[in-house]
Amino acid sequence: MSSLPPDVTASVATAVAPSGAAVPAEARQRGRALAAAMPYLQALPLWLVMGIFLLVPIATIVIVSFWDDQETAFVPAFLWDNYRDVFGTSVTLTTYLSTLRYAVIVWVFTLGIGFTVAYVLAFHIRSTLWQMVLFQVCAVPFLTSNVIRMISWIPFLGRNGLLNQTLADLHIVDHPLEFLLFSPFAVCLTFVHLYSLFMVVPIFNTMMRIDRSLIEAAVDAGAKPLGVLRHVVIPLSLPGIAIGSIFIVTLVMGDFVTVQMMSGGQSASVGLLIKNEISLLQYPEAAAHAVILLLTVLMMIWAMLRVVDIRKEL
Amino acid sequence: MEKTGPRHWLLLAFFALFVVFLYGPTLTIFILSFQGPDGGLTFPMRGVSLYWFEDLFQPQMVGDFGGALQRSLALALIVMGLTVLISLCAGLAFRNRFLGATLLFYITIAGLIVPSILISLGIGLMFNVVGLPPAWWSSALGAHLTWTLPFGVLIMFAVFNRFNRALEEAARDLGASPWQTLRYVVLPLIAPSLVGVGLFGFSLSYDEFSRTIMAAGSDNTLPLEIYAMTTNVTSPTLYALGSLTTLFSFAVVITVTLTVLAMRRRRRVARVDA
Repeated sequence: MSSLPPDVTASVATAVAPSGAAVPAEARQRGRALAAAMPYLQALPLWLVMGIFLLVPIATIVIVSFWDDQETAFVPAFLWDNYRDVFGTSVTLTTYLSTLRYAVIVWVFTLGIGFTVAYVLAFHIRSTLWQMVLFQVCAVPFLTSNVIRMISWIPFLGRNGLLNQTLADLHIVDHPLEFLLFSPFAVCLTFVHLYSLFMVVPIFNTMMRIDRSLIEAAVDAGAKPLGVLRHVVIPLSLPGIAIGSIFIVTLVMGDFVTVQMMSGGQSASVGLLIKNEISLLQYPEAAAHAVILLLTVLMMIWAMLRVVDIRKEL
Repeated sequence: MEKTGPRHWLLLAFFALFVVFLYGPTLTIFILSFQGPDGGLTFPMRGVSLYWFEDLFQPQMVGDFGGALQRSLALALIVMGLTVLISLCAGLAFRNRFLGATLLFYITIAGLIVPSILISLGIGLMFNVVGLPPAWWSSALGAHLTWTLPFGVLIMFAVFNRFNRALEEAARDLGASPWQTLRYVVLPLIAPSLVGVGLFGFSLSYDEFSRTIMAAGSDNTLPLEIYAMTTNVTSPTLYALGSLTTLFSFAVVITVTLTVLAMRRRRRVARVDA
């Protein structure tokens, strides 16, 4: 109570009427009706925003994916042509495979890095203050521009970049490595750089909730550090790992900027395919691609949720 | 768990490397933005100057840098305000059971996991079909909210999960109306978290790119402007711009963090004094 501002005490002191005693029944009923309606009123803005800017747009994509794509405009229709176009070319399959390959590679690396970083933060940093400070250090780049973070690899990876110069100075290579920038390697590196955080945060969260006495019990029962990791920490961190993995999969599967910028236009991704169709104003075909992308991502998430139950995390 | 020995130090070294990996590239372009007038996009530094920062403010160099910055700031502030307000309301709503609560929660989470290009394309198409011109203050605003609100709502979830309801009951027992309870008990207690939600709203919007690209209309936001620059500017001006916006983001984060810490300290002092 002592932490309350002084005016609370004042308002409490003036509110002497004991609730219910003098209030007419009608007013009380009205009050109760208002209380029952309150959650709906409070949830309404969120419903409106998510409805108008998430549900309706996705419904629009689904509808437009059946429309007729004519030279100058797209007109309402119910045609499977767009889907036939999508599945009628081998480009779709190779693009999906290339995107999936990115997703798998990036997932493996972000999982390894993210788990280790979260593990260090949760179990190897002594003071809570340092834990929070170091967590912030990991989290702050998330609040800076992705495009800038991509660009910042250029002086590092370029033909005359830092890495090539260092390698040349150390006489490890005699001519600069060309594959560093504008290559699938650069795309993967940038993805890992941009998105590791999406693994660190959820895994750190679940790890912080692990009851420390479970670990002590395992140690008392004779478990070696690796045994504790394998039989206690990893199983209890699975929900966090699953949430992080969902983030990684959706971020990489839908990406177009990173692939475009870091592969120098040499690599394809589903997102980039959609973006190119958009710039050619082929909206219905882009919409068909988008529907298939959404279904693919949802299927991948569904598969992950089959393996790990994350409900208690939410 | 053991906190000495080689394994411990190896793990700490890994963590340190990760931090270098996170910040190294940004630091590189920061240094390179002070490149001399004859310098290029990579090392070595040919002198040290502010040449490229000056270049940034030459009107012919960058398209509409000033206008884009103004739009991005205005948009970020609007998104910040709306994110705090809507997340708070939703957070309060989710404390009670109501019809459709689970559905609304899943839809909100969907805002996080639906690939950005779909949001962008969907909102662009929706405006196209309805016949409205997309603009930063309408379609891009909505696109940003689908990204910031899930974070805001999740933070409010965490906050209210830990919230001690006994404090509200005490206020009610002392005769406070629901509004007074919210105004004088709940809000002061969760104020630091609301500031955090605001920070997320502001920063995520200010740097948002992939949801905005189809939804911004004819006037670019700053990230779109920077993206356009990457394709046609091949001088350290690009780094100067990158350094400035990154410094700005850092300044925002640090200011907000210090504010939250000050709020916490003031409350602690108040508690000790009383």
